[in-house]
Formats: sequence, C-alpha cells, structure tokens
Amino acid sequence: MSLLIKNGRVVDAKNKQDGVFDILVEGAKISKIAKNIVSKDDNVFDAKGMLVVPGLIDLHVHLREPGYEYKETILSGSQAAARGGFTSICCMPNTNPVIDNQGVVDFVFAESKKAGLVNVFPVGAITKGLKGEDLADIADMKESGVVALSDDGYEVASAALLRMAMEYASMFDLPIIAHCEDKELSSGGVMNEGYMSTVLGLKGIPRVAEITMVSRDIELARFTGTKLHIAHVSCKESVALIKKAKKEGVKVTSECCPHHFSLTEEAVEQYDTNTKVNPPLRTKEDVEAIKKGLKDGTIDCIATDHAPHSISEKDTEYDLAPFGIIGSETALGLVMTELVDKGILSIEQVVEKMALNPARVIGQDKGYLSEGGCADITIIDPKQEWVVEKDGFVSKSSNSPFIGKTLTGQVMATIVSGKIVFEKS
Amino acid sequence: MTEKMTDWKRKDLLGIEELSAEEIELILQTADSFKEISSRPVKKVPTLRGKTIVLFFFEPSTRTRSSFELAAKRLSADTLSITKSSSSIQKGETLKDTIKNIEAMQVDVIILRHSSSGAHHILAPQVTPSIINAGDGCHEHPTQALLDMFTIKEKKGKIKGLKVTILGDIAHSRVARSNIWGLKKMGAEVTICGPKTLLPRDIDKMGVKVTTCLAEALKGADVVNILRIQKERQQVGLFPSLREYASEFGVSREKLDKYAKKDILIMHPGPINRGIEITPDVADGKYSVILDQVTNGIAIRMAVLYLVSQAGISEQQE
Ligand SMILES: [Zn+2]
Repeated sequence: MSLLIKNGRVVDAKNKQDGVFDILVEGAKISKIAKNIVSKDDNVFDAKGMLVVPGLIDLHVHLREPGYEYKETILSGSQAAARGGFTSICCMPNTNPVIDNQGVVDFVFAESKKAGLVNVFPVGAITKGLKGEDLADIADMKESGVVALSDDGYEVASAALLRMAMEYASMFDLPIIAHCEDKELSSGGVMNEGYMSTVLGLKGIPRVAEITMVSRDIELARFTGTKLHIAHVSCKESVALIKKAKKEGVKVTSECCPHHFSLTEEAVEQYDTNTKVNPPLRTKEDVEAIKKGLKDGTIDCIATDHAPHSISEKDTEYDLAPFGIIGSETALGLVMTELVDKGILSIEQVVEKMALNPARVIGQDKGYLSEGGCADITIIDPKQEWVVEKDGFVSKSSNSPFIGKTLTGQVMATIVSGKIVFEKS
Repeated sequence: MTEKMTDWKRKDLLGIEELSAEEIELILQTADSFKEISSRPVKKVPTLRGKTIVLFFFEPSTRTRSSFELAAKRLSADTLSITKSSSSIQKGETLKDTIKNIEAMQVDVIILRHSSSGAHHILAPQVTPSIINAGDGCHEHPTQALLDMFTIKEKKGKIKGLKVTILGDIAHSRVARSNIWGLKKMGAEVTICGPKTLLPRDIDKMGVKVTTCLAEALKGADVVNILRIQKERQQVGLFPSLREYASEFGVSREKLDKYAKKDILIMHPGPINRGIEITPDVADGKYSVILDQVTNGIAIRMAVLYLVSQAGISEQQE
C-alpha cells in the first residue's frame, strides 16, 4: 500500500528543508522525498498550495479515560487530535484510576491501539494517586512505555520528594514534566490576580504561585542533573527564569499553550467559564513575553493542555466551574493566525515547536521527514479560513473560549504510520 | 419627571459599572420622588399592582432583603421570598435551573443575592424577568452604592467634587466596588484605605487614590464610608488581631477630632461591628448618617423596581 503526496511545500526543521517536493509513502515509512516522483499506484494526495510537515506532537492532553469518559475518551480524544493535525499525543495521568502503575499504562496503550488513530504516549504519575506522598511505580511504568513523569494538575509540594523523584527518574532517562503552581499561593483563585480580578470580584491566582515553583524546580533540576520540562508557561518571569537556566546549562525545556499567547485576562470580562483555565490567562505583557520566548527559542514546544469538561460542568457560576480549555482542534489554527500570520514564527519554527522538539523531549524518533523515517505527516492549508463552532468539535466536549473566532490555517489531512487517519472533507 | 422615566432602557440592574452618569442621576431623581411615600400614613401606591417580585437570597441578609421587600410592598407588588435553605439548591439543583423554574412561574422581577461574583451576569441574558443584583460575591452591590450616593447628595447637596473615602476590607467588598464606579462617574474624588492585605491588586487603576494611613484618608474627606470588617478575615491571617485592626483602622471620635473636617459624613452599610471598625460614639454621633442610609435604601429600591418594570412594559409594547 503506498501513498504519493504531490506538490506540497515540504517543511522540515531537522533537515532544514523547505521547498516543493513529492513524498512517497510505502507502508509505515517514507520511501522517497523528491521532485516529480512518478508512482504506478494511483493513490495520490494533491497537496498543491499546502504545507506538508512532520506529524504534529502534543505533549500535553487530558484524555479523561479511564474514569471521566463523559468528558472525553481515548477514542474521542484521538479523533480530536487527528483532526487537529496531531499524529502523537501525550496523555496526562490525572485519570481515575491515576496512571501510576503498569496496569493503567497498559490499558491506555490497549485502548489507543483499539482506536487505531494517533500514537498515544502515556505520561506516568510521579507520586501514587498524584498525592505527593510516595513515588509511583516508576520503573514498572517505564517498562510499559511511559515517556515522561508528571503530577500535572499538582505540583509535587515537597521539594525533598521531588528531588528523589528526579534522581530516580534520571536512571530511566524520563523527563519530569512540571506543573508549576504553589497551591497555597493560588488557593481559591480562579483567574489571574490583577486589575481584572479586582474589578470582577473574583479571587486571583498570583503570578508568584507559578514563578516561585519554576524557580524551585529549575534549581532541583540543576542539582540533580535531571531533564525538566516546564508545562504551560504563563508568566513573563517564568520565561526569563527558563532562559537564564538554559544559558547556564540546566537541562530544562518548556512549552506554552495556544490560549496563553492568544488571550489575556480581559477575556474573562463576561464571566465566560470557558476562559477559566489553570494556569490562568494572564496579561498583555505576559503574552508578549511568551511570543518572544517562542521566537528566541526559550520556549521549545507548543502544547495544547487539551482539558475537556462537559457542558453541564462549565454551565455554572465562574468560581464553581472546573479549570480547562479544549485545544486539540484549534491549536494549529491559533498558531497560524496568532504567530505565523503576525510574523512571530516561521513555518519552520512551527514545525520545530510542534513536532521536532516535542519528539526530543519524550525521546521519540519522530518529528521530522526523512527517507526511511516514519510516515507521520500533517498536511495543512495555510490560507483556508474557518470559524470555530460549538457544534463543530469532534471532541466530546466543547469548552473553548475561541467559539465564534475565525482562524486561518486548516488541517487537510493527518497521516499516521502511512495511514490517513483524518482527511478534511 | 415622567418624561425622564422613558430614558431607562435596561431590563436588569446588574451593576454600577455599566451605568452612565445620566442613568444614575435618573435613579436618584426617581428615588427622590418615591421617598415621600414612606412618610405618609398610608405608605402604599398602586404603581406595581399585579406584578410579582421574587426575592432570592442565597446568602443570609436581613437588611437588604427587608428593604427590597418593603420597597416592593409599598409599590403594591406581590412578593415571594426564597432563601437558600428553602430552595431546591439544597437538593442539588443548579442556580440556573432554579431561576428557570422561577421564570416559568411567570414572575416579573427577580431580586437575587448570590455568593458567586458574576452569577447574575451569566443568568440575566438567559431569562425574561428583570434581574436585580442584590449582591454578587465580591463584585457589585448596586443598590447599596445608589443609596449611599443618594444619602451623600441629600446631605451635601451634590456629589461632584466631593472627597469620599472608602475604608476597610476593600478586597472582599462589593459595596466598595459599586461605590467606586458610581462615585467616579458622578464626579467625586475617591480614596480607598485599609490594611495592605485587604486592598486588591491594581485597584489604583480604577482611578482611586490608595493609602494605608487612616489619618491621611480622613484629612480633607467630605465623606467616609466605613466597611464592615468580617471577623473571619482575621482567622485567615489577613491582619493580626481585631484589636490591632481597631487601633490602626477603626474610626473613633478622637481620630475624627484630630484629622477630619468638621462636617464629615460618617456612613456604614451595616451591620456594624461596634468597637472594631467604628466606635459607638461615632456610629451614634452627630456625623453619622447610618440610619438615613437605611431609610433611603427603601426609596432607592422602589425607584429601581419601578424603572426596570417600566422598561419591561415599553419593550413588550414595541
Ligand atoms: Zn498542568
């Protein structure tokens, strides 16, 4: 079975390739990248005017299964990812039961195989039950295939325990993905603490809740020599701390989410609970710093923090609504609209931040287009405009603050291991 | 007066932030004409006869609820009072479902108090009855600010150009926020004062002067609005003790004599913690207009009920 992708603009960050080429896929591999490939097979995808890039990799999604299947399942989350152009996704362990042992890891792999769409890489918990007390079965989970460790949603509050976790994880070359939030400082908060929270009378989450923990975790990573990946950076001070740490040789990488470079706290003004997210939407200055951090390489990856919640959970008072925004299906459009079209990132940089770097963070041989390499490919129409619609999501949930927004950049096809798993009709 | 009435277009009264100075002025003028009714032997006019007004209080309140209830009754409306414990919220029904059920009973006005900031703002566009905000979390308490402005105007003859100090727990106060919006729109100069831990971040951007020094806040002030300090704030460490709060931020006769103008107005939205934010001699003293505020509250609420009901009628006729 072969597939010929004709006349697309092939952009690859690893090989520094950018030009119109054909790509021939045979089986699960790319067999040839060249101009004017002639194939005897008539399975041809005409990609004229489109971007052909390595399959996008999302380091941060919440698939909700097991335990919260009414919000999302491994199947529906995979469908949403495929529609968003992602060929691989890393799912966070805050399910019920928590991904803190081999059994749950095996379950996630089995379900994702059944779904048969995108690669699902589970992230194992650092501590049992995400309770911050005892280390989870890290060696076992590594054996079953987790690609990173995280207590996402929580910080490991004890610095002593996190130090142990880092040292232990480094034996298996597993990065720690840190959700940087001092829960005492953020306690009760529902949005960024600042002018808007003051006017709206909502309890604020102060920026120091993030900054102090970014700082602490960087020092622990420096001390232990472990790979640290800072999730969903939202504050300009965090960007500065990461930049400095990188310069000093600390093994730290970072990601930011599309909502943190597309929106500010002002989006909360009408108490739309779809703007309630953790870390919260911050200020214009933070958005600028994040964009600058993306541009100068301080921020390595763009991840969605896709966090589905049902309509009834979000259709409530602002302070009672759960935190979270779905992101799989809007990420690429937001990246194109807010970053590429505004001259912040080149297409090559987008490929780097949404494919090559994420693959490197989780140590997977993916994220690039090479002959003989894996045929995970995303095809994008960079000019196509579309409107985000509440009923248009394939995710089980629709908690997006971008409903009604016009985005430029549409995923036309998503190919995983040579197989088209999504094609825009 | 009747000509001006037609200026009111809003179905709901959710906050002061969205009102114009003209709308505030209209409410104050309307209240002025209603105030006289309460001093009659028969304190009732047929203005809202046949209207049904629901008082829905999710937080305990005696003062605001009875003030609204009397206002409604003096306008001849039928009233129904629901509290959190008597509602189906206790049985797990959501706020939205509860309000939708009340709407289905074809009521005209819902007066709502709720502990979540913004609850009203989410609900109001989704229902037909007028929603009047009787307090939402730490966000707004518009009728309190209106009655405060009414009282200031009554006593001082104007609001424009006056120096008004709001003192105390600004962070958790919807009264403070509504007053700041209203007073600024009406041309007053507003200073806020309190312990740093009770001043919300970036409040200066609302266009107020900020100080943590009571003497400074009292100097030159025409009005000081003293907010109630809730005792549980001390328990979570926002200040060391009530004794220390009283000595640093409590308003006493002695401090007034030392720093304040001779004709300063002392206001308090109640209920008072005597001896903490205000000493008894100040609360009961010659500068105090605290009980006038209570009296004026009824006139303001009559005006608001009247105006939103009028808006409803003209909308239906269109
Ligand atoms: Zn997180």
